Amino acid sequence: MKISLNWIQEYADIAGISPKDYAEAMTLSGSKVEGFAEVGEAVQNVVIGKILEKEKHPDADRLWICKVDVGTSETLQIVTAAQNMEAGDTVAVALHGATLPGGITIKTGKLRGVVSQGMFCSHEELGLSLSDIPGAAEDGIIVFPKAYAPGTNVKKVVGLDDVVVDFEITSNRPDCLSAIGLGRETAATFGKPFVTHTPKMTGNDENINDFIKVQVQAPEKCTRYIARGVKNIRIAPSPRWMRDRLTASGIRPINNIVDITNYVMLEYGQPMHAFDRRYLKGGEIIVRCAAADETITTLDGVSRKLDSDMLVIADATRAVAVAGVMGGENSEIQSDTTEVIFESAMFHGPSVRRAAKRLGLRTESSARFEKGLDSTLSLAAVNRACELVELLDAGTVIGGMVDIYPTPSCERVLPLDADKINHFLGTSIPRERMEEILTAIGFTVKGDQISVPTFRADVEEFADVAEEIARFYGYTEIPATALSSSAGIGGRSKSQAMEERIADMLSVMGYYEVMTSSFTERGAAEKLGRSSEGCIFIKNPLGEENAAMRNTLLHTNLEVLAHNANQRIANVRTFEIGKIYKDLDEKTLAKEPKMLFIGGYHTDFYAVKGDLEALFASLGVSSVRFETAPENATFHPGKTAAIFIGEEEAGIFGAIHPEIAGRYGLETEVFAAEIALDAILANAAENKTYKTLARFPAVTRDLAFLIDDTVQAGKVYEVIKKYAGGRAEEIVLFDIYKGKQVPMGKKSMAYKITFRAQDKTLSEQDVSRALDKIVRMLEKELGASLR
Amino acid sequence: MQEQLERIKAAAVQALKESEALQALEDVRIKYLGKKGELTAVLRGMGALSAEERPKIGQLANNVRASIEDLIEAKKKALMEKEQAARLAGERLDVTVPGTRRALASRHPLKQLEREVCDIFIGMGFSIAEGPDIESEYYNFEALNLPPDHPARDTQDTFYITENVLLRTQTSSVQIHVMENQKPPFKMVSPGRVYRSDALDATHSPVFHQMEGLVVDKGITMGDLKGTLEAFLKKLYGEDVRVRFRPHHFPFTEPSAEVDISCFVCGGEGCRICKGEGWIEILGAGMVHPKVLRGCGIDPEIYSGFAFGVGLERIAMRRYGIDDIRLFLENDVRFLKQF
Repeated sequence: MKISLNWIQEYADIAGISPKDYAEAMTLSGSKVEGFAEVGEAVQNVVIGKILEKEKHPDADRLWICKVDVGTSETLQIVTAAQNMEAGDTVAVALHGATLPGGITIKTGKLRGVVSQGMFCSHEELGLSLSDIPGAAEDGIIVFPKAYAPGTNVKKVVGLDDVVVDFEITSNRPDCLSAIGLGRETAATFGKPFVTHTPKMTGNDENINDFIKVQVQAPEKCTRYIARGVKNIRIAPSPRWMRDRLTASGIRPINNIVDITNYVMLEYGQPMHAFDRRYLKGGEIIVRCAAADETITTLDGVSRKLDSDMLVIADATRAVAVAGVMGGENSEIQSDTTEVIFESAMFHGPSVRRAAKRLGLRTESSARFEKGLDSTLSLAAVNRACELVELLDAGTVIGGMVDIYPTPSCERVLPLDADKINHFLGTSIPRERMEEILTAIGFTVKGDQISVPTFRADVEEFADVAEEIARFYGYTEIPATALSSSAGIGGRSKSQAMEERIADMLSVMGYYEVMTSSFTERGAAEKLGRSSEGCIFIKNPLGEENAAMRNTLLHTNLEVLAHNANQRIANVRTFEIGKIYKDLDEKTLAKEPKMLFIGGYHTDFYAVKGDLEALFASLGVSSVRFETAPENATFHPGKTAAIFIGEEEAGIFGAIHPEIAGRYGLETEVFAAEIALDAILANAAENKTYKTLARFPAVTRDLAFLIDDTVQAGKVYEVIKKYAGGRAEEIVLFDIYKGKQVPMGKKSMAYKITFRAQDKTLSEQDVSRALDKIVRMLEKELGASLR
Repeated sequence: MQEQLERIKAAAVQALKESEALQALEDVRIKYLGKKGELTAVLRGMGALSAEERPKIGQLANNVRASIEDLIEAKKKALMEKEQAARLAGERLDVTVPGTRRALASRHPLKQLEREVCDIFIGMGFSIAEGPDIESEYYNFEALNLPPDHPARDTQDTFYITENVLLRTQTSSVQIHVMENQKPPFKMVSPGRVYRSDALDATHSPVFHQMEGLVVDKGITMGDLKGTLEAFLKKLYGEDVRVRFRPHHFPFTEPSAEVDISCFVCGGEGCRICKGEGWIEILGAGMVHPKVLRGCGIDPEIYSGFAFGVGLERIAMRRYGIDDIRLFLENDVRFLKQF
């Protein structure tokens, strides 16, 4: 909300306070100032001057040399081509160094050999129009009809001394979308009296009921409707002060009648409308819901289709306005309008909001109605409009008014409990100070009760009252205290701490942590060669590329890898811990399990697998198995493992199928794992127990054998582990060999097995016996033969 | 014989002086002290001596042996030291050659910040709560005192999945879950993703991160809110930072505040970063609205509390001088590497 500071000054005397200090104080009392701008910022160093002498330039017929008093001890000499001034005149003088609109700077110089220490200004040079200031001349400089003290800043005299303040008004304070509301806040902030003006009810001896008939057919959407009439209208431009104030608030002046409605809206916060009476068919106004498929052309010239949920103002035959949103072209004020009906009404906020939203037409009016206005305003506003008609001599106000107001609103009464408020705020504000604050902003305190003014519908209970007191007492004044609470000791849960640990470890292992979007393109599942079953789609997405919620981390992470590959960054390895979203149910909502993605390129299967194994080992997740994964379209058919943790299939790991990788623009081989975080956390060893350090020496034996190439190392390990007995401390596969000296279809495997007993030094016999058994069982179960 | 011994000694000393290698020392030892050495030969001739002379000469011979042995040892030590010094000199490294680096990576800058912020609150006894991203309208709006058609809903352009299911626009929804599922008192923070349908540009992202905080107990005051948030901001930005609370409006808190910190670039003088104001808006906060407490079955006559919310991207962007919010989700390794 932008508003003229001079206007605010009418309600509270804040003379002498700089715009910066004003902005700061208002911000701290809750009316946040976003910025302010001086109206005449471009005009600097232009003062009132009094011409003392005037004589002809010796070398130029059309030039005059003037001696001018500008309030300093020295008089200035100014050479001018203007003809319309005489000695004794009061004029506007741009001094040496003055600036004028359009980036003009005035400097002392010589005109035809005579020194000129400044310039007399015309209205145009000050950026004003002829009618803006008395004394302006069509073809000449300004000669003020009144004398002002020489040296006075000219901006004060020509009305360029205003400041436009831009307030951020929160949605709970529609009363502050007005000069009066902000005036009240200003007065309370600076501890000045709030000066109000109550418009008088005027009007001739005619009866409004002979002028217009009003019917409200939808009282739930229109709680009050006031109409007043004006005749003998003389449409003309409104005066400069009114135009300036409208302009300051960003409203374009149109003509006196339209400007009055807008001015009253800015002054009171009550949106108003003026209808040309001659176009109200049947001489009546009907407030009703629109008929299905009814249309109206609004003031902006757009034809709009209405629906039956929208409230319209209609005459006997058609809609003439969308209630609270915008008037219709068909009843617009024109240059030959002679009779006007002023509407000042209260429309139901949510209905106005819905209508404005559906029509895509948010206006100054709808923005106010939707926040909920005070229905007592309607009366003051319409009377003010009529008062302005008379003040501007724009027409004759018809006596009386139509006021349909079945359920008048009344003031809410709340208790005032000073102790409770102090206890809540952590303050010790004296009760008298509380009363003073509340009174300053329009509340009435009687004993232990507060009457809340009708324009403050947002103040509903104790906490709201506390806020009113706190913001004028000053948030800054509330002492900051250390929290004392009996809530638990806090900290991360075990799984939260584990998640941090996983991320720390992976980043130390060389995997960059990434965070990818929760959104994917609509066809992400298909792109990965999967079905989109269980996928969640957004009804109103920002484009098709953001239409689905991710149901895997693979898609967005392959995009990240592709991005980095495109940037020609080598050896990229990444991980992400994040939610995926699937299986929406209206009641229980979606499943949002956290997943761990690990992947990269310029690496190999066993390097990534080794990192996973190291991670699991470090977390104490011991029951992990990698098994050949069933074929799926996303991964390479021969380089993919299903990851089992305990009995649960917890994830998948492998090379991305080259066909799929290609779809992401990845030419190089990419490895990726996606694992359910819960499965890891559930199987991590929470408590580690110490095992006595071995006191007896270990014995290590190597074992090499030939075996069918199809037998997996995992199977071999299982057999060795099963038969090696409890003394086998470590079983390490250290070589796989195929080629020379190994028959086709076979491979040579070499294991290093370490035996150790807790209770004795193992004898050669103990170890041989154990080895023999392993060899026997490898032969028997897997067809291996010792090399 | 005595003369013979003296001569041997003198000859051995001379020979040792001239030895410059371990092998030469060994040669000297063998020549004089070895089984077939000169001293040994002299000792063999001892049998021809008289009983009086024998012990005298014997002792002399032993002295000569001992002193030659000592000299050999001393010389050996000196030679070894010299040799080691020469070897070490040859092993000299260029310590300015770069080390062999392990390929460390790093945590995402937003995660680092999230952890730092959580740790500050954990230090004050807070725990960490989590809540769903996909929410019902009730938890995101109604329970937070934003009934249908509330004008404040306009400022949060919402993604909908169905009529009543949406992507949360604020982490404040977690407040409601916590208050419904647990009994007060509680002190929690909840970092997480939030969604608003702002088109992606340098300063807006439809997916971003917030952290919510909630404290509810008997006797919690607005002074406690100030004290807690001041402590947090001083920890995050340094003891010198000035903190300013100013009135604002949020439907789910009353009184509500916006919290500014003195600009960490200009210190409050006014600059480009703070748009000349000297202050930077950092978070929103307030006392939990009695309607919100009541809606969760908590009696506002007994309990009070405060809540706050802070945007993580904005803090990270200002802290690191990041000028484009899109970098966070783009995950270019050249970006990630810097943190």
